[in-house]
Amino acid sequence: MGIRFAFFISLIAGAVVSYLFTGHPEPSWTVAQLDDYLLNILILMGINVILAVSLNVVNGHTGQFSLGHAGFMAVGAYASATITLLAGKSLLGLLSPLGLMAQPCLFVTALLVGGISAALAGLLVGIPSLRLRGDYLAIVTLGFGEIIRVVINNTDTLGGARGLSGVPPYTTLGWTFGIAVFAIYIVGTLVNSTYGRGFLAVRDDEIAAEAMGINTTKYKVTAFTVGAFFAGLAGALYAHFIGYITPEGFNFLKSVDVVVMVILGGMGSTAGVTVAAIALTILNELLRQTEQYRMIIFALILIVLMIVRPQGLIGDIGKLLPRKKGGA
Amino acid sequence: MKRATIFALATVFLAIPACKKPQLASDSSVISVGEFASMTGMTASFGQKSHNGTLMAIEELNAAGGVLGKKIKLTTEDDQSKAGEAATVVRKMISRDHVVAVLGEVASSRSLEAAPICQQAKIPMISPASTNPKVTEVGDYIFRVCFIDPFQGTVLAKYALAKGWKRVAILTDVKQDYSVGLSQFFKSYFVANGGVLLGEQSYSSGDKDFKAQLTAIKSAQPDAVLASGYYTESGLIARQARELEVNVPFLGGDGWDSPSLIEVAGKAMEGCVFSNHFSVEDSSPAIQEFLKKYRERFKSEPDAMSALGYDSAMILADAIKRAGTTDGEALKNAIAQTKDFPGITGKITLNSDRNASKSAVILKITDGKFRYVETVTP
Amino acid sequence: MNELFQQLINGLSLGAIYALIALGYTMVYGVLRFINFAHGDIFMLGAFSGLYLYNWIKPLTLGWPDMVVAVLVLFGAMGIAAILGIVIEKLAYKPLRARPRLTVLITAIGVSLLLEYLGQLRFGAAPCAFPTLVEPHVIQGLGGLRVNSVQLTVVVVTLLLLLGLRYIVMKTRMGLAMRALSLNPTAAALMGVNTSVVISFTFGLGSALAAAGGVFYASLYQAIDPFMGVLPGMKAFVAAVLGGIGILSGAALGGILLGVLETLVVGYSSFLGIPPGYRDAVAFVILILILLFKPAGLLGKTQREKV
Repeated sequence: MGIRFAFFISLIAGAVVSYLFTGHPEPSWTVAQLDDYLLNILILMGINVILAVSLNVVNGHTGQFSLGHAGFMAVGAYASATITLLAGKSLLGLLSPLGLMAQPCLFVTALLVGGISAALAGLLVGIPSLRLRGDYLAIVTLGFGEIIRVVINNTDTLGGARGLSGVPPYTTLGWTFGIAVFAIYIVGTLVNSTYGRGFLAVRDDEIAAEAMGINTTKYKVTAFTVGAFFAGLAGALYAHFIGYITPEGFNFLKSVDVVVMVILGGMGSTAGVTVAAIALTILNELLRQTEQYRMIIFALILIVLMIVRPQGLIGDIGKLLPRKKGGA
Repeated sequence: MKRATIFALATVFLAIPACKKPQLASDSSVISVGEFASMTGMTASFGQKSHNGTLMAIEELNAAGGVLGKKIKLTTEDDQSKAGEAATVVRKMISRDHVVAVLGEVASSRSLEAAPICQQAKIPMISPASTNPKVTEVGDYIFRVCFIDPFQGTVLAKYALAKGWKRVAILTDVKQDYSVGLSQFFKSYFVANGGVLLGEQSYSSGDKDFKAQLTAIKSAQPDAVLASGYYTESGLIARQARELEVNVPFLGGDGWDSPSLIEVAGKAMEGCVFSNHFSVEDSSPAIQEFLKKYRERFKSEPDAMSALGYDSAMILADAIKRAGTTDGEALKNAIAQTKDFPGITGKITLNSDRNASKSAVILKITDGKFRYVETVTP
Repeated sequence: MNELFQQLINGLSLGAIYALIALGYTMVYGVLRFINFAHGDIFMLGAFSGLYLYNWIKPLTLGWPDMVVAVLVLFGAMGIAAILGIVIEKLAYKPLRARPRLTVLITAIGVSLLLEYLGQLRFGAAPCAFPTLVEPHVIQGLGGLRVNSVQLTVVVVTLLLLLGLRYIVMKTRMGLAMRALSLNPTAAALMGVNTSVVISFTFGLGSALAAAGGVFYASLYQAIDPFMGVLPGMKAFVAAVLGGIGILSGAALGGILLGVLETLVVGYSSFLGIPPGYRDAVAFVILILILLFKPAGLLGKTQREKV
């Protein structure tokens, strides 16, 4: 009972506050208060949280190492942009009887389209990946991410290599915050439920799980699909925030960004990855001036973390302790 | 754990009201101007040169007492030649540094990225060298002090036809708006005036291997090839072309303008031709004076980007003077009224599309140097 | 027809480079069972080593025949890369020998990023011109065929290196130890094989080959930058998987096949209806197909998964 209550209160409170301070139309006495730059960072934080939590479903909870998450984000971004930018005018016309609610409705549609398209992509990626383990899975997911990027690169209607600009800036803090909380709630509930135990079983020992009668296929595919869905939402939010998307922005390095968040936070811990996402967004901004150093620091974090504390800073203890891999 | 997470998030977001906008009233004793350029990364050569030009202009203005009695404070941000960075740094300059105007960028794609932001914030933006027409179409706060690709493409096409190169193949960088636009405009004039387009090949910035495209071009046996991309790839393209025995001349646009072109291409570019904004061989006193000052200040050779960077800053200053204020709307109107401004790159008049109406020069690469061939007026 | 042969030669020289890199991947995988993500960056460092070595040696060797200088640069770069590879192994991978493979994979990603961005810091992101080690000339072949001497050199030298590698692996004690280790690490250790030394040797050898690939690539394409290893690295990995990961001849075969396929797809793009922009996707599509239909690779034997 308590958790549901807390969830609703924070969701409503956050939405109200965010709307007051950043919504459309903007009440003049409040909007002037909030520093644009800070707003920027907060929204990016929210998006990163969604990305980290969604990747965690696949990597952390289900133990399927996916390196192609940026691909799902890209699908969500482009699909939603298609709705608002390419089909926007006609759709807005259709929705005009709704008056002030037309734009939010359009945005919701775009978000849903983004999420669902990404989920479909997740399904597509999940299925062939079923036969693969560990290293191979990682490379294949990377390959899929690259393929998605190359396809977008070569599709002129989506702007191709030059990208899509002029995506309407519908993302506000309210939306971002709301969806972030939604993502955390869904993922958290899913994994901690009885159904969700299946994910952890797959992660711990797939063969044993299969032997116990758990349909590992179903769980793996579900993990990919759910993870992809939220990544798609994050992508849609991102597109409508920055206003300009290019395939390069969703490349392997972006996937690595998200992977670092998940690893830092501890694979399998929703709270951990959320904090990691927030921390890394801040670190990102602080190091903005020195982009090259940022990546070097990220890389060092990864290396040191793997040697010293592979379970992440706040991770699920006991799940990733060193295991001896026998050979005989 | 989940409960804690949600509460933590809630606290963070509810703390927002506490974050009032820092009352950094913009320091009104200086005029804050923002500049974004690719100081590092793939097209660093452009960014650094245009930045030098801009910097020199600002220093000159400040040495003469500034504008409207105030010194100009230039904030320069590096977009690292990357997509996505331009938008972020321009946003930052507008909201954090309270700039009254933005100068930038050379690459059309990055100008396109930043323009909607400036337009929405009602901050005038002057691009020194972006030639894709779409840039100024974003809105009435966006200007440029160079010619646009429909003109540049036409200039190149005219030159090709005049030289008797009737059969031409095109190699386009599909990752750059600049290249796509230039190829498109070249093609339309060229074909409409009797030229034969033998084929279009494409590549992406960052590619290293063009043998496949060049082999296909070779079999078409063109009289010349248009390589409408930037210097980074064009040099390689020419080199690989010569290896494959494709010995016809190459044509290019102002994206070739960089000493790196010759560094990478070596002798492969001899005899090739490109269009540009001005030539260092121009004997006019204004240009020679500029060259001398630049060489002294930076101990290196200026190029078209430096000259344009210089002109963009000077025109901005001139507009501020004429407007008598740095207020966005008035400044925008003043810039729009720029007429016959004596720039280093020519007499600059901003037309109703907020583009500069001026001439282009054709340069030929001879002995590793860019030699002047002719001027083409619109 | 001429065009086809020309494209084949282009593909062959590209494939030779992929093969060189793929060999490194496959050797490390065979011995350590993990994908060294940073391998592509050793390739890059090999190219840069070549550049710096050349600039350093040039004034000292004026008047020496080009070929000699080229060989010196090549072997020098290979040596530097070998040392680098061994150092990286000792620092980043050795502490993780007992850990799950995924952990090491993540570390490898970290090392890869580190090398790339340190490279960017040191060399700048814009491409640097790579010197012409040996003046290229065109060799006239039968029927008007034109082969660039650099391409020919690449293919020939790669073949020589492959033969050298085969000799090392098949005919020397170290090679025997490597093969033993890849079959069964525990038994090999019990039989007196010094695991650490063999692993270091493997890394060194693989890195040297990658560096050779780097120098050749730089000679063919004349421009190098800190991120040049990303795509070739990934493609070479695909090549290794294509041929059968862990199998040396598989890596060589996979490399050549991939190089040729990629070049043909781009060269005949209009004919096939596939835009040349899809060149990079070719490798990944092949990867997915192979893993779906013949995961052990062309030359591999399917292994049953033991519970």
